[in-house]
Amino acid sequence: MPVAAVAFEEDFLMTGHAPAKRPNQLFRNLNSKIASIPMILVAVGIFLGGSLWTVVYSFTNSKLLPRATFVGFDQYERLWASSRWIISIQNLAIYGILSLIFSLVIGFVLAALMDQKIRFENTFRTIFLYPFALSFIVTGLVWQWILNPEFGVQGIVRSLGWTSFQFDPLYDASIVIYGILIAGLWQGTGLVMCLMLAGLRGIDEDIWKAARVDGIPMWKTYIFIVIPMMRPVFITTLVIIASGIVKVYDLVVAQTSGGPGNASEVPAKYVYDYMFQAQNLGQGFAASTMMLLTVAIIVIPWAYLEFGGKKRG
Amino acid sequence: MANISSLNAPVTGLDAVSDRIADQVATGPRGRKPKRVMSARNIMLYGTLAVAALYYLLPLYVMVVTSLKGMPEVRMGNIFSPPMEITFEPWVKAWAQACTGLNCDGLSRGFWNSVRILIPSVVVSIAVASVSGYALANWRFKGSELFFSILIIGAFIPYQVMIYPVVIALRELGVYGTLTGLVIVHTIFGMPILTLLFRNYFTSLPVELFKAARIDGAGFWQIYFRIMLPMALPIFVVAMILQVTGIWNDFLFGVVFTRPDTYPMTVQLNNIVNSVQGVKEYNVNMAATLLTGAIPLVVYFISGRLFVRGIAAGAVKG
Repeated sequence: MPVAAVAFEEDFLMTGHAPAKRPNQLFRNLNSKIASIPMILVAVGIFLGGSLWTVVYSFTNSKLLPRATFVGFDQYERLWASSRWIISIQNLAIYGILSLIFSLVIGFVLAALMDQKIRFENTFRTIFLYPFALSFIVTGLVWQWILNPEFGVQGIVRSLGWTSFQFDPLYDASIVIYGILIAGLWQGTGLVMCLMLAGLRGIDEDIWKAARVDGIPMWKTYIFIVIPMMRPVFITTLVIIASGIVKVYDLVVAQTSGGPGNASEVPAKYVYDYMFQAQNLGQGFAASTMMLLTVAIIVIPWAYLEFGGKKRG
Repeated sequence: MANISSLNAPVTGLDAVSDRIADQVATGPRGRKPKRVMSARNIMLYGTLAVAALYYLLPLYVMVVTSLKGMPEVRMGNIFSPPMEITFEPWVKAWAQACTGLNCDGLSRGFWNSVRILIPSVVVSIAVASVSGYALANWRFKGSELFFSILIIGAFIPYQVMIYPVVIALRELGVYGTLTGLVIVHTIFGMPILTLLFRNYFTSLPVELFKAARIDGAGFWQIYFRIMLPMALPIFVVAMILQVTGIWNDFLFGVVFTRPDTYPMTVQLNNIVNSVQGVKEYNVNMAATLLTGAIPLVVYFISGRLFVRGIAAGAVKG
């Protein structure tokens, strides 16, 4: 195949040397290597090294400062025995699953509506996406105010005459996570809509023509033809939302500070509190290792599907 | 790259084609009352979109309305009612008098702290990432793709996992808690997405340009500064949008890597609103929240499509 020849030529042009001579591997492309030092340091030193360091030190009994006294799985046993951690995990599971479902459904429906050659498309997109430009702190504080039981939604419905109306998620431990979910969806669905819209626009117009000629109703075309075709977009979006969910922290801090009690704690907050406030580093490391594991479970199969056959070797 | 362009490009082109098809199908053989059918569908369509738009706009409206009311009016109840008397006092108070702990000089301090953090962080992170992206696209060396893969996978690792090693590293360097330290942190964690953005952009440029420059004897830096940099201006704007909003909105790094007197705006805002002492002044809180959200909002409304392009590039490929 001519591919080899092209590769050869490219190699030649890129390096300026004929591959036959190659005097010293290390000094080839030296400037490029020097310029890549920051990237290599970050990739290997921080991302790889830092994660490994945290995993290793999660097996120690570090308190105020990291100490290399290994205690096996002690920290993990303590972690899973802590009711606060269990609540954090439950919250993350509820928030995560619902947030995935709702943001995919809402995002896709909005995108499908936007794809009907509507007028004012730019205006609608601007409106749906602007919360994404705002920080989680701002999002959390706004929704804290809207869900305020005295002045917010509950207060208004009550003042309209329905005096027994009960909707104060932020002060009710059993539903507080749904209050956070509403805010999270408000902030994030715009992005999903945009990704889905990009996916829809990537569908060949001929597919639509063919479905139309065959007299297939539009909703059926979406469910049986378009959505299966958009599988890669869905999977990528899923991975992006999911890895964002695991990180959720600022939103909870701003909206509820983990309260009432510790009903809305999340793992990321657990990690921060133990590392930087309770000065119990070992617990923090163990909890963050669990977060890493969660992300790995989500990302590795995806990376394998996406790149496995083609690139990585 | 395909994903980015598909977001923008086919909109206009396909419109014309599909309109024609839609016309043919709708007004074809069974073209009875096509207009009424269309309008019923349109009412559904625009109705749903309008309701959704209302939901998204509501919080912004509530923020604005609340921040323009006086406290007595806020206490009277309805958060949705427009202000009877418009007052800008909450804004002044939020900017110049709101208290965090013992300091009562308002959100202005956090604002200037954020500006001081933002400018060097944006410049440094983009400079480093664009050079890395350029090296990855045009000057591949053995292992470069491997490092890049690690970098991209690293983007998915929760910050909490890597944050303590970074604290140690910065402490060793003697920059923990300083502005320099925070700039380094933003550069590190902005790197995966920015490098990806630049690498993809430089890869999409015609190779002939690069080859011609090579034959003319230009080196690594010469090609970067005289050919790539001028050609990459649009992507620099996209990267800037991404970084300005991202760094301005950051909370975690602000809390971990700065001291109370250099807290960025988001951290200070959270401290003001969620402080337990004193009477809660909701109007001041909302004015403060709006002030903090103002910069990214302005960036968003001005940049429009470029913002979408930035997040799509970052998200789809990230």
